[in-house]
Formats: sequence, C-alpha cells, structure tokens
Amino acid sequence: MTAVEQAVKPRTLVLGIAFAAVAVALALVSLSVGTTKLPVVDVVRVLTGGGDGGTRLIVLELRLPRVATGLLVGIAFAVSGALLQTLSRNPLASPDIIGVNSGASAAAVAVIVLAGTGGGNISGLAAKVGIPLAAVVGGLLATLIVGVLSIQRGVVDAGRVVLIGVGVAAAANSLVTWLLVIGDVTDAGRAAAWLAGSLNARTWSDAVPVGLAVLVLLPLALTFNRSLEALVLGDDVASSLGVRVSRARLALLIIATVLAAMATAGAGPIAFVALVAPQIAQRLAKSDRPPLMTTAMLGALFVTAADLVARNGLEVLRVGPYELPVGVVTAACGAPYLLHLIGRQQKGR
Amino acid sequence: MHVENLTLAYGADEPVVTGLTLEVPQGRMTAIVGPNGSGKSTLLRGMSRLLKPQTGRVLLDGKDIHQLPARELARQLGVLPQGPVTPEGITAAELVSRGRHPHRGMFARLTSEDQHAIDEALAAVELADLRDRPVDQLSGGQRQRVWIAMVLAQGTQHLLLDEPTTYLDLAHAVDVMNVVHAAAHASGRTVVTVLHDLTLAAQYADNLVVMGGGQIAAQGRPVEVLSEELLAEVFGLRATVVEVGGAPVVVPDRRVSA
Repeated sequence: MTAVEQAVKPRTLVLGIAFAAVAVALALVSLSVGTTKLPVVDVVRVLTGGGDGGTRLIVLELRLPRVATGLLVGIAFAVSGALLQTLSRNPLASPDIIGVNSGASAAAVAVIVLAGTGGGNISGLAAKVGIPLAAVVGGLLATLIVGVLSIQRGVVDAGRVVLIGVGVAAAANSLVTWLLVIGDVTDAGRAAAWLAGSLNARTWSDAVPVGLAVLVLLPLALTFNRSLEALVLGDDVASSLGVRVSRARLALLIIATVLAAMATAGAGPIAFVALVAPQIAQRLAKSDRPPLMTTAMLGALFVTAADLVARNGLEVLRVGPYELPVGVVTAACGAPYLLHLIGRQQKGR
Repeated sequence: MHVENLTLAYGADEPVVTGLTLEVPQGRMTAIVGPNGSGKSTLLRGMSRLLKPQTGRVLLDGKDIHQLPARELARQLGVLPQGPVTPEGITAAELVSRGRHPHRGMFARLTSEDQHAIDEALAAVELADLRDRPVDQLSGGQRQRVWIAMVLAQGTQHLLLDEPTTYLDLAHAVDVMNVVHAAAHASGRTVVTVLHDLTLAAQYADNLVVMGGGQIAAQGRPVEVLSEELLAEVFGLRATVVEVGGAPVVVPDRRVSA
C-alpha cells in the first residue's frame, strides 16, 4: 500500500517551490530594470551586502521597497482569497468580490481625504499607522456586515455570502466616490491613484505593516490546515470529526480579513489576485482546496509579474513612457477568468 | 448509548422532538423510521452534537456528550450527516483519510495506525481497488460507500448515519446496507441509522424505532413492531405486511378508482 497522503503532497510542494523560484527571479529582474538599468549580477551583489553607494541607493532605497511590497501584498491577498474560498466553498468568495477590499479602501480613503493636509502629504503618523489601521477596521466591518446579513436560520449561508458581499462592495465603493468628491483635489487625486492598486513610489512604511501581517498570520493560518481539511467536507462532517467549527471559522475569517485589509493598505485594492491565485494553485495541485503555501507563492509571483508589465509594458510597446497601476494589469488578466468562473458555476447548477 | 427526555427544536421554532427517551442496544443495528417530518433526522442530530437539546441529555458510556471535549467525542462517536459535500477532485483514499482527523496532531503525518484504519475501511466497503479514483467520478452507491468508509476509519464504537441510502437504486442501497450491517455485526459497533425504506430497514435492523410526531410510536424487533395497524396509524398507509425469511415486507395497497 502506498502512503495516502504526506503532510504536503509532492506535487503541491514542487509547484510551490517553482512559483517561489519564479517570483524571486522576477523580483531580481524588477530590481534591475528602471530608469537606470542595472545588471542582475549587480543587484545580487547589493542584496548580499556588496556594491557601490549609488547602486545600493537605487536598489535598496528606491526599488526594493516597491518589490518587497509587491511580493508581500501578493502573498497576503492570495492567502486571504484561499481562506475565504475554502470557508465558503465558493470560488467567487474572495476579498475583492465580497467587499473586504472595498471596505478597507473606503476607510483608508477616508483617512487620506479627511486627514489630508490638502495639497501636501498627510502627516507621517497618520499615514504610517492611520491608513493600515483604518483599512483593517473597514475590512472587518465589511466582513461583519456580510457575515451577519448572510445568516439564515442561525448559520452563515455560503451561497448568500457572494451576493451580499457584492452589495456591500457597491455600498463601500459609493462611499469612496463620495469621499473623492468632497475631498481636496490633490488628496482625491492621490486616493484615486492608490485605489487602482499601485506599487508606484512604495516605501518601507508601506512594506513593513504587510510584512508583519504576513509574518504573523500566515503561520497562524497554517495551524488551521487540518481544520480546513475537515471544513471542506461541510460543517456537519467537520463538527463530527471534532473540529470546533464556529471557533475555527471565526478565527480564519479574521485572519483572511486582516490579511486582505493590510494588503489593501499597502498597495491599494489590487484586483483579482485573491480571486485567481488560489483557484489556479488548486487546479494545478489537483487538490480539494487551495493549498495555502503554494497559493501564497503564486500570489507573490502574480503581483511581481503584473508590476513588471505595468512598469515597462507601455514602453516595450512604444506607446509611451507611462507607468500603469499594477491593478490595471491584474484586472486585465483576472476579469476574463472571473467570467470563465461564473460561466462554469452556472453550467454546474 | 442512552437518550434521556430529549427535546429538540430549531431556533425558537416549535420543538420537533419532545421529551424522547431511548435506550440504544449495544453492538446492534438500530434503524429509525417514520413519516416525513416525524423528527427522525432531528433525533439523530440531537444524538450527535449537531443540535443542542433544549432539555434532556444523551449519554455515551454514561457520559453526557455535551460535556466531552470535541475531539474526545469524535473518537467515540462517528456521524455521517445527510448529503455531505464531496470536494471536487478528492480521491477515495484521501476522503477516507479525513476520518482520522480526531486521532491526528496539528502537523503530524499519517501514522501506520492511521494507514491501517484507512486500508481496513476501504476494504470493508469493497473499494480498495478504487482508492486513487476521484470520488466525483464514482457512481452514487460507490460514493456513499466511500463516505461510510470515512466514518469507519474514524474508528469509533458508535455510528450515527442519516439516510445513507437516499437517492440510491435498490441494488446500490443493498450494497450500502450490507456494509452498515457488517459494521455492527462483524465489528461489534453500535449503529443507529435513519432510513426511509421500511422494508430495507426491517431486513437489516435488529431494533426498529418508529417515530411519529416527535415521539417514539413503537420500538422493538422488526417482526414485532411493523404491523398493518401501525402503518395505518403512524404513516397513514394502507398496506399488507407479509413475512419473508423472518423479516416483514411492506406491500402498499393499491387504490385504483374503478
């Protein structure tokens, strides 16, 4: 008899390592291209502690925060999507569809617009602490509203989550529009660029909060792997197998929400990463649910690749020297996939 | 297993089961039957921890199931609810391995004991050769047997099954019932199963519990319990009961207008 199941299936492990390797390679390329083109060798030299002062400044101060933010928000969005999709047993239930990102955005935009100094940057502390904090509160609020409204006969109805989530997202988005209208032109402009999902001009103060969230919440999510394994079989079965279902659900819901909200605070609500990465990882791994680590690596890869295209795509096509927000690129890849998913779901019913 | 004065309700609705007391014979197969809405599935949910009783308690080897830690209970009581969710792409062996959940640590791999329980469960439902097949590609009867194997792999002394033969044709239903019967008689487990097919229940059960209006209408050996009077009274069914090979068979009377 062959072993039924290792701690991680070899296929999933190999995929995860491959995604991580490609993500790192793309990150190195991303660090080397830009106004000053650097050979990848020089980038590696800087990262291992060498290189001259000028190169160090470009790589470590100007480009690394952006690349690191990209990798980290990719991980955070992807894991958040994997958790929400598994919990609701619905591939459409990702934070960008069910209003978590929108809730986080509305709260963050409120901070940018209402606390903005009108023309300048908002004060240091408000930006560093205020935006991530507001995003988490806004995200949790959206999750709470979706959760409460989805309850039918005492339990959260997974089927309703998406419908109600879309409604909550719409409400949060209209709040954003209103904030942009009443806000100072400069603040509103900054908010609008951020809302498209952008890694442009990221600094360490953007990367660090997402990094901390990933560092704490990803291992925490992994400790629930066994519960997730049972939860995909339905709440009744999971409960009969000894999982404390409500407790596990609540914990995982909070983890997923905070991850998405922190990622939104770091780089704006980059669309479709949370929706697409878990589904592709699950398909390729031939698994019964999105494998968390492999999904995380694919998310990092997706955002880094999309940002490379966003930064250099138009120039390569000779349309102009403009940079696109990364969210535009992820949306261009993700929207067709969303349509495909909806089509498949309708065929299944 | 002992059920004491159990009252069950969903939320603030009227109780579905009221003040029910039931002694489940150890190491035997008990079938719960009854008309739609008689509370048989509700009773089964109340006997596991899927529904918290308003009054009364369920004792497992003398201990209240609501007092036991969740994992501890899961090592003693296996439950197969109605219509469980089969995830896309999961293989038979993987699904059965999930039954080992209450025996495993947070990151621990499957031990040889786990492997043994999984192999044994797959063999018991006669699906050992389909172990690597995705469950969604199996027939309805095979799929149901995989689920039963999952509960068997849980290695519990007590099993509760909610309508394991629903939607199956007779041949597949019989396959499933053979497996369930063996779980009690060959392995000495205490099995309680809700069934809707009276004849099937009477063929296999050692103990038949007939529910009517949230109460037990009759209980005992199928031959003693399943009478024409009971069918008329509880099910509102006019039928003839004949005995075949020591077990009652229900033949409904036709009502054809002339």
